[in-house]
Amino acid sequence: MNSTEQTIPTFEITENQKMVQQLARDFAEKEIKPVIMKYDESQEFPLDIVRKMSELGFMGIIFPEEYGGAGFGYLEYVTIIEEISKADPSMGLTIAAHNSLCTNHIYTFGNEQQKKKYLPDLCSGKKIGAWALTEPTSGSDAGSMRTTAMRDGNYYILNGSKNFITHGSVGKVTVVLAITDKSKGKKGISAFIVDNDTPGFIVNKKENKLGMRSSDTTALAFDNCAVPIENLIGEECKGFHQALTILDGGRISIAANALGIAQGAFDASLKYSKERQQFGKPISEFQAIQWKLSEMATQIEAARLLTYRAAFLKNKGDEIIKESSMAKYYASEVAVMVTNEAVQIHGGYGFTKDFIVEKFYRDVKLVTIGEGTSEIQKLVISRELLRI
Amino acid sequence: MKIVVCVNHVPDTEARIKIGADGKGIDKSGITYILNPYDEIAVEQGLRLKEKFGGEVIAISLGGESNKETLRKTLAMGADKAILLKDESDRDSFSVAKALSDNLKEINSDIILFGKQSIDFDNSQLPGLVAEMLNLPSVSVVVKLEIENNQVVCEREIEGGHEKVESRLPVVLSVQKGLCEPRYPSLKGIMAAKTKLIEEKPVISNSKKVEIVSLRLPASKGTGKIVGTEPTAAKELVRLLHEEAKII
Ligand SMILES: Cc1cc2nc3c(=O)[nH]c(=O)nc-3n(C[C@H](O)[C@H](O)[C@H](O)COP(=O)(O)OP(=O)(O)OC[C@H]3O[C@@H](n4cnc5c(N)ncnc54)[C@H](O)[C@@H]3O)c2cc1C
Ligand SMILES: Cc1cc2nc3c(=O)[nH]c(=O)nc-3n(C[C@H](O)[C@H](O)[C@H](O)COP(=O)(O)OP(=O)(O)OC[C@H]3O[C@@H](n4cnc5c(N)ncnc54)[C@H](O)[C@@H]3O)c2cc1C
Repeated sequence: MNSTEQTIPTFEITENQKMVQQLARDFAEKEIKPVIMKYDESQEFPLDIVRKMSELGFMGIIFPEEYGGAGFGYLEYVTIIEEISKADPSMGLTIAAHNSLCTNHIYTFGNEQQKKKYLPDLCSGKKIGAWALTEPTSGSDAGSMRTTAMRDGNYYILNGSKNFITHGSVGKVTVVLAITDKSKGKKGISAFIVDNDTPGFIVNKKENKLGMRSSDTTALAFDNCAVPIENLIGEECKGFHQALTILDGGRISIAANALGIAQGAFDASLKYSKERQQFGKPISEFQAIQWKLSEMATQIEAARLLTYRAAFLKNKGDEIIKESSMAKYYASEVAVMVTNEAVQIHGGYGFTKDFIVEKFYRDVKLVTIGEGTSEIQKLVISRELLRI
Repeated sequence: MKIVVCVNHVPDTEARIKIGADGKGIDKSGITYILNPYDEIAVEQGLRLKEKFGGEVIAISLGGESNKETLRKTLAMGADKAILLKDESDRDSFSVAKALSDNLKEINSDIILFGKQSIDFDNSQLPGLVAEMLNLPSVSVVVKLEIENNQVVCEREIEGGHEKVESRLPVVLSVQKGLCEPRYPSLKGIMAAKTKLIEEKPVISNSKKVEIVSLRLPASKGTGKIVGTEPTAAKELVRLLHEEAKII
C-alpha cells in the first residue's frame, strides 16, 4: 500500500519505509561514512556523493513520477533523511533543502510550464536547487527583507542580497523571495525561479562554519539581475504566504535531520558505553551512564513520534503548522541534548575527531536555528494555540 | 536470455546468533534477515546479462512468507519476476536442491545463477546439487564471466590463483565476490517492485537426508595480547604468529 493512501496512523513501519530505510542505511554506511570526515575538514561540497544520491532518487523523493520524482510520501522522505543524517547531517540537510524548499516551492506553487521546465532536472539531481529567503538584516523577521524585484517590460529586475543560502554556490536553480511592491510590506513579497547563470546573479562569500561543514552555505547578491516574467511563481505579492507554507513542510525535514543526528549520537554512545572499561567494568554498568542512556533513548523516541505524526498528517493533506513546528522544535532541542550527553559518555575521546560524536556535537546546533529558530517555533506554536 | 537467480533469505551478518531451545536450530526472534550477500552479486550479474542480451530475470527462493522481503529486494534491483517456493518445514541442502530443480525444470532457462554459498549454513552444496539434478554443466566460485554465442568463459577463484574454464549454455554458475558490484535498488526500483508479481508455489515433498543433531556456538575468542610497542617487538610477534597461532 502506498503510504499516501494510508488514513489510519500506525506505529509500525510500512513495507515501503522498510525498503527505503535499508537502502538509505546501506548507502550511508558504504558511500558516506568512510569519506565524510575529509569533506568536513575541507568544507568541500561532496558532489560525488550527491551524484550517487541523485541516481537513487533522493533528490526527488516526494514528487510525482510524471515530473521525474520517485513518487513517495513524507513517511519515506523522513525515513531517508534520518538514515542519511545518521552518517552525515550535512547530506541530510542537502536532501531536505533541495526537496522541501526549492523543488517543493516550484511543485506546490508553480504553473504547469514551470514544473515541466524545472522539476525533471531538479528531481534527477542534474541541477541542485536553493531557496533564498534570509538576508543579512532579516532572519527570523523574514518579512522585513529588502531585496527588490522591479517590473521592467518582460522582466523583473532583482537587486539586493541574501544570506546563509544552502546550495548558494553549487545550486543551478534558486527560488528567490523579493519585494515587488514596497508599499505593502511583507504582503508585497513575490517568489521567482532564478537560473543561477543569469547575469547579475552573484555568488558571494561561502561561510566558514562550526558544523554542517560539508553543506554549502553561501551569501548571494543580485545586481540588476533580470528575471523573465514567466519565472514569477504564482501571483505577485503572494510570495511570503507561499514561503510560510513551504516552511511548514520544510520543518518536518529538519525534524528528521535532527532525529538522525540524535539517533546516530545515541547509537555510538550505547556501543561505546559497553566497550569502555573504567574501575574494572564497562561504563554502561554505572547508573549515572545508564540514566543518561535512558533519557536519551526516551526523548529520541518522543521526537520520532512527533516527527512521524507530522509526516503522516502532511501525507493526509491536513494543516500541519503547529504539528511540524512542535516536531522541529522538540526534535532539534532533543538532538542538542543528546549530542551533548554523547560527547560526555565518550569522555576525552568524544572530544577528538576520531569519534563521530565530535562531529554530531558541532553539526547539531544548526537544527535549532535553520528554518526558524526554536524561539520562532514556540512563537508559531503559541500563535496556533491562542489563534492570534 | 532467460536468466534465473536462486536467492536465500539469511540472518544479517551483524545479527547476534543464539541457539534455540531445542538445541538444533537458532533462536529466530529479533533477527533481521537480508538477501544473502553472494546472491546479491548473482542478481547483479543476472541484470547485467539481461541488459546486454535482453530477456528476463526471474528470482526464486525457497522458504517462508518472510522470504518475500528478499524477493522484493531483487525486484527493486530490477528482476522482472519472483517465485516463492513456499515451505517452512525442516530441510537440508539436498531437499532444498530437489525442490528448486523440480521447479527450474519447468522454467527452462538459459542460465541459473547462485551465490557461491549461503551465509547461514555455508554448505556451498546447492549449485552443484541442482546442476546434477538438471543434468547441466556447473562452474563454481566464478569471479569473471563472458558469454558469446552460447559459449561461456569463466574465471574461477582457486587457492593462490585463477582458473579459466569454458562451458556452454545452459549452465549453472555460483558466483563469488569480485565478479561485479551489486547496485542499490533505487527509489524508482522500489516503487516499480510494488507492481511486480511474486508468484507463490507450494512445495510438498521433502526428501531430507541429513538430520541436524545439535548446534553450538563457537568458543568465544580469547582476549588479545599486546606483545610490545617498540619496533623490536615485531620479531616476537612474527614468532608467535608462526609458532603459537600457526597462521603464517
Ligand atoms: C547553515 C545554515 C543554512 C541556512 N540555509 C538557509 C537557506 O537555505 N535559505 C534561507 O533563506 N535561509 C537559510 N538559513 C538562515 C536561517 O533560516 C536563519 O539563520 C534563521 O532563520 C535565523 O535568522 P538569523 O540568523 O538572522 O537570526 P536572528 O533572527 O537575528 O535571531 C537571533 C536570535 O534572536 C532570537 N529571536 C529573533 N526574533 C525573536 C522573537 N520575535 N522572539 C524571540 N526571540 C527572537 C532568535 O531565536 C535567535 O536566538 C540558513 C542558516 C544556516 C546557519
Ligand atoms: C524451508 C526451509 C527450512 C529449513 N529448515 C532448516 C532447519 O530446520 N534446520 C537447519 O539447520 N537448516 C534448515 N534449512 C537450511 C537448509 O538446511 C539449507 O542449509 C539452506 O537452505 C541453504 O543453505 P546451504 O548452506 O545448503 O546453501 P549453499 O549451498 O551454501 O547456498 C548456495 C546458494 O544456493 C542458493 N540458495 C540457498 N538457499 C536457497 C533457498 N532457500 N532458495 C533458493 N536458493 C537458495 C543461493 O544462491 C546460495 O547462495 C532450511 C531451509 C529452508 C529453505
